[in-house]
Amino acid sequence: MSSGVAVDLENVWIKFGDFVAVREANVNINGGDFFSFLGPSGCGKTTILRAVSGFLEPSDGRVLIGGNDMAGIGPNKRPTALIFQNLALFPLMKVWENISFSMEVTGASAGERRKRADELLDMIALDGQGDKLPSELSGGQKQRVAIARALCANPDVLLLDEPLSALDLKLRQHMRTELREIQQRVGITFIYITHDQGEALTMSDNVAVMKAGVIDQIDTGHNIYDHPSTPFVASFVGENNVFRGTIKSVSGNEAIINTNRSGDLLARITPTQVGKLGVGDDAMMFIRPEALELGKAQETETTISANVVNEEFEGNSFSVFLEGDGGKQIKMSVPNLGQDNISAKGENLALHYDAANAVVMPAGELASE
Amino acid sequence: MKKPMIFSQFFRNNGVIMGSALMGLVGFWLIFLVVLPQLSMLDYSFRFNLPPAEVGGPRDVYTLSNYQHLIYGSDKTHSTYNTVDLMVFVRTIIAAILVTVFNILLCYPLAYFLGQSKGSGFVRLLVVLLIIPYWINEILRAFALRIIFGDSGLLNEVLMFLHLTKEPIDFIRQDIALYAGLGYAYILLMLFPMYNVIESLDRNQIEAARDMGASWARIHRRIVIPHAKPGIVSGATMVFMLSAGALAAPQILGGPSSLWFTQLVYQWFNDSLNWQQGAAYAIVLLVSTIIIVLTVMRIFKVNMGDIGK
Repeated sequence: MSSGVAVDLENVWIKFGDFVAVREANVNINGGDFFSFLGPSGCGKTTILRAVSGFLEPSDGRVLIGGNDMAGIGPNKRPTALIFQNLALFPLMKVWENISFSMEVTGASAGERRKRADELLDMIALDGQGDKLPSELSGGQKQRVAIARALCANPDVLLLDEPLSALDLKLRQHMRTELREIQQRVGITFIYITHDQGEALTMSDNVAVMKAGVIDQIDTGHNIYDHPSTPFVASFVGENNVFRGTIKSVSGNEAIINTNRSGDLLARITPTQVGKLGVGDDAMMFIRPEALELGKAQETETTISANVVNEEFEGNSFSVFLEGDGGKQIKMSVPNLGQDNISAKGENLALHYDAANAVVMPAGELASE
Repeated sequence: MKKPMIFSQFFRNNGVIMGSALMGLVGFWLIFLVVLPQLSMLDYSFRFNLPPAEVGGPRDVYTLSNYQHLIYGSDKTHSTYNTVDLMVFVRTIIAAILVTVFNILLCYPLAYFLGQSKGSGFVRLLVVLLIIPYWINEILRAFALRIIFGDSGLLNEVLMFLHLTKEPIDFIRQDIALYAGLGYAYILLMLFPMYNVIESLDRNQIEAARDMGASWARIHRRIVIPHAKPGIVSGATMVFMLSAGALAAPQILGGPSSLWFTQLVYQWFNDSLNWQQGAAYAIVLLVSTIIIVLTVMRIFKVNMGDIGK
């Protein structure tokens, strides 16, 4: 199997008339990585994918695959294979013909094509299904056929455009694991487009979070979740309680923010902003619902007082919805360890958190729900 | 056991009153306007052309003589063939096939262009421009073409102005005007079924094939044409049937020495007042074209259901 090659975007701009779809994208994707572009619909992530696959040329900047500039090289000449959102299997061709279409193009004999198709069908656990038509397969099977078809030409880079979005939840979760396994087995670079943070976080080595044509952060899924660098990333990836205010004091990598409604709170400054965030700056502080705990802390800077509005049972956890001073909405998540319930309606609770689990950064645009 | 299911479903969807009305109208149309007239023509074609007094008399019996006339002419010994009429028949069928093939070749790129540039304003304008000439009736259009193709017509003027020819070309005698007229008469019936199926093709399939390195020729051969096949066959069927059965275009644009088979049928009915003979000729044309269409559908593995799509 081919080892993965690197894909680099150097200062890529993509414009459609006056509309800027992608603004100054700089991305270095290591060979053999599973790399995701995560963002809401219309953020330009599919546009980036089309620029890598060659269906459109960047207005400015360079796309490099394996260090080679791809300018002027069409999609059929690039070492990439694209899996479409709707899979785009050929409905009138049999499954094996679908899978081996890229070999038909190069003039391989029917025998060779059939042999290779059968190998790939084995790999995706669909052996013996080669003579069916795509319409005779289930959603998950079609998915796997699309992957086999893309892998048939031994591409160096596999591009996936939200391929799981049409599947139901159970199958989607199953296919995540399977995609990751296939990627590790074939060892090539996967570039994955999704608006589903769960997919991005579970499968990827690295994730780029995009908003309105701009890449906000590129990091591992873990870092994106724990150390978001912009308010957009903090609010788009996972759930977060956001507190607005101004910086009251800074010491090292911690700061106290004077929040509008919840008093002074202590938090860690997000790594990219350490040394930059100053006293008096407009800021936002984020605390995950699962980082909040019941009980009073020693310092008042890591305690929030709130009244219980409602409690919902989620199965693996309880979600408690609270209202702080001035009507501030707060959500807390408590793991289900066999409790009957967490709180009573109207009860006043002291919520405590560890300052390491709260992150503060300059104020900015949040992801709209 | 499938039929009753379809009917009960049909009545459930449309209600008993509306359902019966629809069924009644379709039934009336089929029986009284299609089947019965054709059956009476069939009956005519096996009878002698007798004076009114003898109709229903002892001489009014069934006969094959009308069909024999197409093959042997008036030669009662059947030793020579009716070459004139047979040649007209063969020529009509071959010319109709050529017109159909020509229309397929002309319409496919156009339908692909229209179908793939999904509903942009420019495309809608093009479609309207294609339709508007068909508001003018067929005979006027044929005469207009006759003028264009005439000795001192627009086309010859242009050709001579460009010094592409010294003498005017006799498009009428060469039957070029006839083929152009026939091709033009039914071209929309080819274009629209093709356009409809190509428009329904998922663009991603084309991009996927392109991504896998397929050339344009292969994309059309393997993806677009197989997808468009029902539309192509349905268009081809209509164009072939209507061209073979056309009367106005051959009448107006045909050269003096060349006859279209429908003109023979017309002459039997109208000039010779021999309906029995005319009916036999018409039935031969009808049956032959149906056989050709069914054979072509068989070869290209298209069934009736696909055509209705």
